[in-house]
Amino acid sequence: MGALVYIAKRFGLYLAVLFIGLSITFLLPRLMPINPVDGYIGQIQSRANGALSAEAIAELRDNLENLYGLKGNLFTQYVDYMKRIVFSFDFGPSFTYFPQPVSQMLMAALPWTLSLLLTATVIAWTLGNLVGLVAGYFHKKKAASILEFVGILLYPIPYYILAVTVLLLLAYVFPVFPLSATFPVGQMSWEKVGMIIYNSLLPGITLVLAGFGWNILSMKALAVATTEEPYVIYARLKGASNWTRMTRYVFRNALLPQVTALALSLGMVFNGALLTEMIFSYPGIGLVMRAAATGGDYNVLYGAITISIIAVATAGLVIDLLYPLLDPRIRHK
Amino acid sequence: MTIDSKEMDPVTLVETPQAAEPGLFQSFLWLINPRLAVGLTILTVMGLGSFILPLFAPADPSVQATYMRNLPASGAHWLGTNALGQDIFWFLVFAIRNSLMLGVLVAVGVTIVATTVGLSAGYIGGRFERLVMLIVDTFITIPLLPILIILGSLIRGNTSFFTVGFIIIIFGWAWDARTVRSMALSIREREFINMARFSGANTAQVIIREVFPYVMAYTLVGFINTILFAINLEATLAVIGLSKVEVPTLGSIIFWALNYNALFTGHFLWLVAPIIASVTLFLGLFLTSTGFNAAFAERRGVQ
Repeated sequence: MGALVYIAKRFGLYLAVLFIGLSITFLLPRLMPINPVDGYIGQIQSRANGALSAEAIAELRDNLENLYGLKGNLFTQYVDYMKRIVFSFDFGPSFTYFPQPVSQMLMAALPWTLSLLLTATVIAWTLGNLVGLVAGYFHKKKAASILEFVGILLYPIPYYILAVTVLLLLAYVFPVFPLSATFPVGQMSWEKVGMIIYNSLLPGITLVLAGFGWNILSMKALAVATTEEPYVIYARLKGASNWTRMTRYVFRNALLPQVTALALSLGMVFNGALLTEMIFSYPGIGLVMRAAATGGDYNVLYGAITISIIAVATAGLVIDLLYPLLDPRIRHK
Repeated sequence: MTIDSKEMDPVTLVETPQAAEPGLFQSFLWLINPRLAVGLTILTVMGLGSFILPLFAPADPSVQATYMRNLPASGAHWLGTNALGQDIFWFLVFAIRNSLMLGVLVAVGVTIVATTVGLSAGYIGGRFERLVMLIVDTFITIPLLPILIILGSLIRGNTSFFTVGFIIIIFGWAWDARTVRSMALSIREREFINMARFSGANTAQVIIREVFPYVMAYTLVGFINTILFAINLEATLAVIGLSKVEVPTLGSIIFWALNYNALFTGHFLWLVAPIIASVTLFLGLFLTSTGFNAAFAERRGVQ
């Protein structure tokens, strides 16, 4: 029973987060004093050298407001917006690549982001936790503090600095990778796949380094605390070897809070992935967002932010739903 | 596989030097640990330096074409000049000052909001708490950067540097509020709270006089963490060109350097200088915050 209640509660939170997130996405741009429609009309007017008549402009405004869901009062707009997104996943057309639908553009970019993000997060989480475990379990040894020092040095450094540093070191000082990578699209061949993997290594390394530091520090703190638990002392007195104690007693118990922490920090990891994509021109959601932000393509931006919220909330939900499988206490409550 | 360990050996710790003469500083000495000392030193040097040095600046570094372009490092220009004809050293000094100033301002705002929300949610409890926590959890879960990119692209050009700070406050309070609330939760059940309530103190009085003093130590740690967070976030926005990039900050230097392809033209000082400065500053802030945390934990007897 405990597990069912847990799942129901967690799913309720998921829906609430999605609802509030979508509402914020809807409200914020409309609270801003700037209307994107005015901007577009200005652009089109200047392209037409001011030859548009007042009627043509009125018609244009009508069309644009339709395309951007800006018709009617705030409430009807809101209902309309929710309906379109929930039932048909429709964000309207892109302005720059008119009339390509936004959802199509984003669906093409999403697999790139997800594959990079998933691989990097899994590697960073595994490596960071293993190093943190060793640093925490042997925290009385000098060598362990060196491992912790790596964590302290890496953790406060933001993604953009890591990205630029990795670029500087591995593409400029030691030119192992190209300064600006190219990502082939279209028909895939083995050669192209190899090229994609090779060029994804730089953004991947950045993401792994960024996640690595935090995982070391928090796993180390957890492992230190767990090492002092009575059941670990009992295991030692019982004659369990150091290795058994570290992996079977300390690691398994210290891992649980780390799973929760991973779910909570997903939003931040996602931010980092977007930024890394922008800096390395990796063709994921981040790059689409950057192009849309510079070109003022608001439908694409709203679509990208909605997909981001859905992706992060869903990933958090999946992790939290897997949690009862790891923690027997929730199952048997 | 066994790993030989000597964990029964006595732990060798660095002894904290005891001050001989009693004085005003004596009461603060328990605070000092190695991390905190290093962190505070970095912060003091960078803080004082970036606020005093600008008084001697030969020219406003944000004005373009003040000097010849792309000069190498020399006695007159310690770090050379960039492709826009600005002195990199002075640009960096102003950048550190502006970033720090923004960070402190945002941290003041965030700390006030987070402490108020967290304390009242934790102390009052009930339906009010559940509603607040739902909003807090949402703010924590939604990825911040996409939202900031939308806002940045909407207000770009029409914004002041401080609007950017204000937006960061709106999105930055949730984490701290969560921590403060969980502390308030545990204090709510203590005996002296009932004592105060029965003596006729109202909710606001209990929160301010009885609960807040227990949260104060954490507030300081949270304050420093928020400075780090705010500087990072503004710099992140600046790097992708969505903050006020004309204002020198740790992010806008990197924005200009990347935009003018400093790597392709071999102008690597332009990139390396802000990277080293940022990493030092972030390390200083991080060491200070964890140093304080450790000191307070030791005092409370929690380790």
